[in-house]
Amino acid sequence: MAAEGHSSIDALSQFALEPALGAIGHSVNFTQANLMMVAASVLVLALLWIGMRPRAMVPGRLQAAAEMCYETVMSMCTEQIGHEGKKFFPIVFCLFFFILFGNFIGVFPYFFTFTSHIAVTLALSSFVFILVTAVALERHGLHFFSYFVPQGIPAVLAPLMVLIEVISYLSRIISLSVRLFANMMAGHVMLEVFGSFVVMLGGAGALYLFPAGLSLVVNVALIGFELLVATLQAYVFAILTCIYLHDAVHLH
Amino acid sequence: MLPAAAMAEGMPQMDFKNPLTISQVVWGAIIFIVLYILASRFALPKVGAVLEERAAHIARDLEAAQASKVKADAGSAEAIAAVAKARAEAQAAINAALESAKDAAATQAATLNARLEKQLADAETQIAGARAQAMGALRQVATETAATVVTRLTGRAPDQQRLDGAIGAALTARGVG
Repeated sequence: MAAEGHSSIDALSQFALEPALGAIGHSVNFTQANLMMVAASVLVLALLWIGMRPRAMVPGRLQAAAEMCYETVMSMCTEQIGHEGKKFFPIVFCLFFFILFGNFIGVFPYFFTFTSHIAVTLALSSFVFILVTAVALERHGLHFFSYFVPQGIPAVLAPLMVLIEVISYLSRIISLSVRLFANMMAGHVMLEVFGSFVVMLGGAGALYLFPAGLSLVVNVALIGFELLVATLQAYVFAILTCIYLHDAVHLH
Repeated sequence: MLPAAAMAEGMPQMDFKNPLTISQVVWGAIIFIVLYILASRFALPKVGAVLEERAAHIARDLEAAQASKVKADAGSAEAIAAVAKARAEAQAAINAALESAKDAAATQAATLNARLEKQLADAETQIAGARAQAMGALRQVATETAATVVTRLTGRAPDQQRLDGAIGAALTARGVG
């Protein structure tokens, strides 16, 4: 119904960037996205710092949560990358929880989701790409380029295969960033659309109360779904980073 | 739900003319680097230290438990050995006591037997003596009786030598000679 001419559902303005922190933020182009990044970082650090303050032998709830976060990412690193994975643990941890907390914060109404910006996710995926390539070059030197030549292929096919391998290697930047960005954006567009339905139908008279209620129910379900997507996408980003790092360390 | 064209022109994410789109990335990089430094230098090592300490503590406790178990096993083996030894000793003592009691009984029985045997022999000797005496007396009685009878019947004393011979033959024939 919103697609008809005078659309009053503005599902995209929620992604518009605005300066945050008043005049100072305005002068340095500090946006509300950056404010949410700070919030996510502070929450991650607070969870670790406050959670681990008791240093208890038998952990309490918050400490158990902090330890679980640590051990989840640690096992992800060691299982995917191997025993060298410990070296990459801090960066994978930061990526995972930066994205996870960013996604979670975004689910709250009136809070901005910085992972719904392609520029941000592209920066993150480019960082991962550069890191992975740097690790591979540092580990294997020029031998790294043999990664693009699959073993046991006919010489005739080699140029084609190398081309395909290079493209697939480069496309990691795009797939990693677009996956996260598109998932977060789509979810928030859906939330906005069904939220608008609730308001518009609810205000349109007694006849529309039922569909309005239905939209509300859908929105509640969508928020649960968004929590799932938020976790899943952060996990996918982290696990793919680990897999890429594994390739970089072991070259297949 | 949303026309593609509207999406393309309306997407704030694609509005790269807005300086904020790029500035958020720059600020994001700074924030992420700060997060990385704080997490990797301070927060994560703290968690790691606690986890390591706990793992070490558990390993230590397990080791101590293992050592205690070994000690307890050794003690239990020792106790079992001691019980077995005590039982063997007791059995040996019982056997020895039984043996000595049996020996004593056997000796006692032997002496008793010997005494009885001796008494029996004595008695038999006495009987034999008495019998011999009686038999000796019998010959005398028989000789005298025969002499008397012969004297009465014939009126004269029989020949001593013949009489003795006849008496001896008669006694021998009856098995008492």
